[in-house]
Amino acid sequence: MEQKKHWQSFGELKQSDAYNKDVKDEFREDLPFVEDEGKNFLDAKAPRRDFLKYLGFSTAAAAVAASCEMPVKKAIPFANKPEDVVPGNAKFYATTYVNDGDVVSVLAKVRDGRPIKIEGNELSPITGGGTSARVQASVLDLYDTARLRFPTIDGKEVTYEAIDKSIAGAIAGPVVLLTSTITSPTTKEIITAFLAKYPGGRHVVYDAVSCSGMLLANEASYGKRALPSYHFENAKAIVSIGADFLGTWLSPVEFNRQYATGRKLDEKNPAMSKHIHFDSIATLTGSNADERYLHRPSETGSVVAALLAAVQGQAVTVADAKLKAGIEKAARELNANKGAALVVCGSNDVNVQIVVNAINAAIGANGTTIDFGTVSNCRQGIDADFVKLVDDMNAGAVGTLLIHGANPAYTWYDAEKFKAGLKKVRTTISFNGKMDETTELCKYAVPDHHYLESWGDAEAKTGHFSFLQPTIFPLFKTRQWQDSLLKWSGATGDYLAYLKNYWGAKVGGESGWDKALQDGVINPATAPALSGASGATANLPAALAGIGGAAKRSGTELVIYEKVSIGANGAANPWLQEMPDPVTRATWDNYVVVSPDMARSLLGIDLNKNGEADDYEVNPPKKVVRVTVNGKTIELPTLIIPNTHPNVIGIALGYGRSAKVGKAADGFGKNAFPLLSLNGTTISFINTDVKIEATGDTYPIALTQTHSRYDTTQGNRTEVVKELTLAEFKAKPNEIREDREKELKPWGGLEKYQSQGTLYPVYDRPGIKWGMAIDMNSCTGCGACVVACTAENNVPVVGKPEVLRGHEMQWMRIDRYFSGDMDNPNVTFEPMLCQHCDNAPCENVCPVAATNHSSEGINQMAYNRCIGTRYCANNCPFKVRRFNWADYTGADSFPDNQGHLNDVVHNMNDDLTRMVLNPDVTVRSRGVIEKCSFCVQRTQEAKLKAKRDSRPLVDSDIKVACQQACPTNAITFGNANDKNSAITKLRMENPNRQFYVLEQLHVLPNITYLAKVRNRDEEAVGEKKEHA
Amino acid sequence: MISFRRIARTTVTGTLLLLSLYSANAQDGRTLFQTNCASCHKIDGTLTGPGLRGVEERWNGDRSKIHQWVHNPGGYATKDPYAASLIKQYPITMTPFPQLSEKEIDAILDYIKAAPAPGATTGGAAGTNEAGKETSDNSLLFGVLTLILAVVALTLLQVNANLKKLADEKQGYASVEPVPFWRNKSYIALITVVLFVVGGYLTSRGAMALGRTKDYQPVQPIFYSHKVHAGINQISCQYCHIGVYQGKQATIPSVNICMNCHKAINEYSKGPKLYTEEGDEVNPTAEIQKLYKAAGYEPGKPWDESKAKPIEWKRLHNLPDHVYFNHSQHVKAGQVACQTCHGEIQKMDEVKQFSDLSMGWCINCHRETKVQFKDNGFYSIYEKYHDDLKNGRIDSAKGITVEKIGGTECQKCHY
Repeated sequence: MEQKKHWQSFGELKQSDAYNKDVKDEFREDLPFVEDEGKNFLDAKAPRRDFLKYLGFSTAAAAVAASCEMPVKKAIPFANKPEDVVPGNAKFYATTYVNDGDVVSVLAKVRDGRPIKIEGNELSPITGGGTSARVQASVLDLYDTARLRFPTIDGKEVTYEAIDKSIAGAIAGPVVLLTSTITSPTTKEIITAFLAKYPGGRHVVYDAVSCSGMLLANEASYGKRALPSYHFENAKAIVSIGADFLGTWLSPVEFNRQYATGRKLDEKNPAMSKHIHFDSIATLTGSNADERYLHRPSETGSVVAALLAAVQGQAVTVADAKLKAGIEKAARELNANKGAALVVCGSNDVNVQIVVNAINAAIGANGTTIDFGTVSNCRQGIDADFVKLVDDMNAGAVGTLLIHGANPAYTWYDAEKFKAGLKKVRTTISFNGKMDETTELCKYAVPDHHYLESWGDAEAKTGHFSFLQPTIFPLFKTRQWQDSLLKWSGATGDYLAYLKNYWGAKVGGESGWDKALQDGVINPATAPALSGASGATANLPAALAGIGGAAKRSGTELVIYEKVSIGANGAANPWLQEMPDPVTRATWDNYVVVSPDMARSLLGIDLNKNGEADDYEVNPPKKVVRVTVNGKTIELPTLIIPNTHPNVIGIALGYGRSAKVGKAADGFGKNAFPLLSLNGTTISFINTDVKIEATGDTYPIALTQTHSRYDTTQGNRTEVVKELTLAEFKAKPNEIREDREKELKPWGGLEKYQSQGTLYPVYDRPGIKWGMAIDMNSCTGCGACVVACTAENNVPVVGKPEVLRGHEMQWMRIDRYFSGDMDNPNVTFEPMLCQHCDNAPCENVCPVAATNHSSEGINQMAYNRCIGTRYCANNCPFKVRRFNWADYTGADSFPDNQGHLNDVVHNMNDDLTRMVLNPDVTVRSRGVIEKCSFCVQRTQEAKLKAKRDSRPLVDSDIKVACQQACPTNAITFGNANDKNSAITKLRMENPNRQFYVLEQLHVLPNITYLAKVRNRDEEAVGEKKEHA
Repeated sequence: MISFRRIARTTVTGTLLLLSLYSANAQDGRTLFQTNCASCHKIDGTLTGPGLRGVEERWNGDRSKIHQWVHNPGGYATKDPYAASLIKQYPITMTPFPQLSEKEIDAILDYIKAAPAPGATTGGAAGTNEAGKETSDNSLLFGVLTLILAVVALTLLQVNANLKKLADEKQGYASVEPVPFWRNKSYIALITVVLFVVGGYLTSRGAMALGRTKDYQPVQPIFYSHKVHAGINQISCQYCHIGVYQGKQATIPSVNICMNCHKAINEYSKGPKLYTEEGDEVNPTAEIQKLYKAAGYEPGKPWDESKAKPIEWKRLHNLPDHVYFNHSQHVKAGQVACQTCHGEIQKMDEVKQFSDLSMGWCINCHRETKVQFKDNGFYSIYEKYHDDLKNGRIDSAKGITVEKIGGTECQKCHY
């Protein structure tokens, strides 16, 4: 059996029996009446006569129901219409996504008073209009039914007058304000003023996922307790040691954009940055790297020290030969690109970060790729401060504790101690928006607004300001927490007045303030010059000594990581929960990530054996292990993920929460925060002393990896992904083009393939023809597009049980492909959505013509015409069509169609949650197929706008949802008939890298892919062309 | 039948074409007047503002004064005594129209000058619907003919049967006992089939019509007469239905839009008497009081807008949720007249649903209606069609219909 080039699952790699059986069927489940096999047809559960009876009855019932009197509908206009509001037209308001320290400038699309979609703000030089999955999903949090709806004292509803009165008398003793990172300059002033009123008061900043190691290291190296601005776009050589900067580290949206700048390839002058990644488990960033090397987490110090030595030209002393070669190679790359090189490290250990600073100093990163002139404010918490606070609380030295944004009862490693301390604080006030683990222990709950209801400002980086303005009237009796602070510090006037007063002078009065709000951002007038920091390396020897003995040679080690989707506090968001993790492709749960090697020794699953791999892969239940760390145990199912170190396991944070924070968080996964530890000064996200054993139980994981397979007679997966190394591409740029030419030769070659490859006539397409291009070199697989699509197109949430059955509904998925050997393969991400084939196989099998082609090249789907035969899905070679197996949206007139769905789905149909629906897109009912529409509501709107202005359509009129959300501009969309459009130019400029998926089928997709190029000098392992 | 229809169609289109040609000359001033002025001014008789006949004479024929007044009435009143007297005379100061150019104001003045005196007919849109009726007469004729032929055929069949029977008797064949026709299996089968076909046809037609509400004419909370507003007073539709050029919904006017005029107009005295559909006479002044109640307004006192409550109108035109319809697409981009879908709304006291809003009705219109192919710059990208039109490969009389550019595809309305 030949080794295939790309594979998605182990079964596919090994061509197992179950895999080959599975891919033959479009749908994983057997049809319902198969269980009655062998019986007489009339004895079956629903025999013919019953069927006819039901048919007759339902027709009669429908006729009677429909001929009843039509209900009277009312049309209620405004009493006083605001001048600039046109009902039915969307308005965009610039505001800012603020989630603890994460700041992203956004536009909120508001329809008839409801924010329904978040778009990136292109005026922000930091994000350039990019977003992340979390930003996209944040609009759903506004309509979360679990939000607190009124202020409470001891859980009882009270008015604000009452609570203000009660708190005025209760604030006493040493006052401590505990918050997550605050980026707002006005809020900081208000806090200072508030604390000034209570002598002895202090402000403690606490981050759930802390960066205090870096902050302290920068203080030690440079005397600045700050995070610098990174400039990945200036780096020709990037070395990351465990920093998941594309997924979760510091400011991923910004870094994605910068990183992609260096990865985009000019075909005429091919050059790109080189990214070498050292890691212990599979991460999103590691998956994008050109070369990746695995090490034990305990070796991080040694790796960093060895890299410093190598950069300085000294010998590398690392035992593992492969790792040693990697470090030497990384050092060579860094030294070769001095002044255009960058090293980042995800460790929270002060000493490690001091050494990283020394490397960056040695390779000339300061002032070129690292800027200490403009510092990032995204993380400010120092773990030691919080440790002291907890001690003070337990010692009874805190009289009043006010909490905003922080949730230590859940996120602190020693939550019990915090809870015990909290009991000793006389007055506890929480501003958190939900009854979370900390708020439920507080006496007063004074819920803050959601950011879409708030006023505010944020300074993500020095001099880069971003503003918040309300996009909806507050849904509940919540109050902006700054207003509370102002009130309690005896100030007159509210926060809005304060904000206007603060900014009015700075931005030039009322009109300047209006412009600032309209733009949403104020940027430095000229891009500030990059400036490095110079400092003593006096701390270096001590740091090197400090990390010397940490490395271990045996035993299992643990890495606790953040998921790209939910992070530390996003578990209550169903969109994020249902978004497949880019690396593991799992939804709804956390789990223990193990390597194929460990699976063999620990679980007895040998993936090389046919039956065992199938058993693991085809059946959702996964074997459960018990992990014991520092006397704490956690039982979780395992997932086998290649690119994981054989002796390392990984567990994600953010799970194991209760229904109080939301139905979507209830009962999914386990809390991994208790597994963290304190290594003296900082929180450590690794643990080197881990006991792991199989329990013999199993637990189902909703893994989407093996869904939507299309490796059938219709087309082979190897034709879907195309990938080259930079060396290959330079040597033979037109390799892909030649392959295509050769393959299509019998039908006239590339030029005439469209007309000669078919019996059907070729249609004229005057006017507009929509086309899309996806650059696989820019795509990092972050998943922002998947959530953006869900939000834009009312894609339903189906819940874990349904995902387990392969019923997930996302119109867009990001396929993860491996190539090479099983333990340490290369990873390629490929966004897959409806290809809008001009000769679509789905169209001609539909018996009712519910899916057909538009003159603009869109493969259209008329839901109300669809009768649910699913022939189209069966015939789609890309498996991008989704069937509504149940009434996920509550759109049916008959209530019985959703009985077995879980609470999360029912909660999505709550009147409050439904406010997020896009009124321009039909909500689909049970029994119809749906799929990507090329955001037809947006193309139609763009055309109408152009028609109203009596001018041809231009690129700036339209951005589809996935394209708008993408932080790396990997997606281009536009009118392919227009010679000046970006899509046409892109296709013209990239003749060598572009290809169509399954081109030989003559389906003629309207989506062009640009092949992935990996910056390697040699041909990658196992990449021998399988059709050679 | 088909030819009749075609004749009818050409007649209708011809009439429409003629009408549009006729009005093209005075169009500028007239349109401008209707969009900008008609909501407050009539040509004859006072509305919110004074009647405009003879306006030039009142300003001593000095058009430049009128220009200044229209551009900024409040400001000009400080300079001109006549302007000041106007402001004193009318409770509501005129809205400034800085966007109107002097040329446009002149066009309006020219229109006012040329406007026929009251009583003279304007040659309206009468006589457009006549052609349609002929076809229905024909179907009756065909029906009668069919019936007669059927009777004749039946008689002939009976005659034939009797003759055969007689012949058989003569020949000496034993005749079969005649079966009465109600037990004749052929007849029964025939009747069953006919009933099935007719029944099926009626059922499916009925089923398709379910949920359609053509001619729906509910009683509204306020007897609002479009005839008085849009017909007699010639207020432009867009003045109240502000969304019609800009958005999806034409929008029903909010209370403050009604009050723009009705702060000044508090009684109905000069117009014709108004009657409900049942024939009861309406007291229009009392209906204006209903508006005041909703607005929280007491005549003579300044109006506090915040006291207004929205009026709960009954909605006539309901499209299913899976249909996307956009007014601006049709009215602004497509230049379709309101009356095409809503009927002669300017003649209706109580509005009723004019079209059945069925998909067939939409599609038919999309098949026949031409887009603004030459006038709208958007269509400049259809180079091929432009060439074809020039070369005559596309019939220029038929033109580029909505269908031709994809206007009957599913996802133009369903998404």
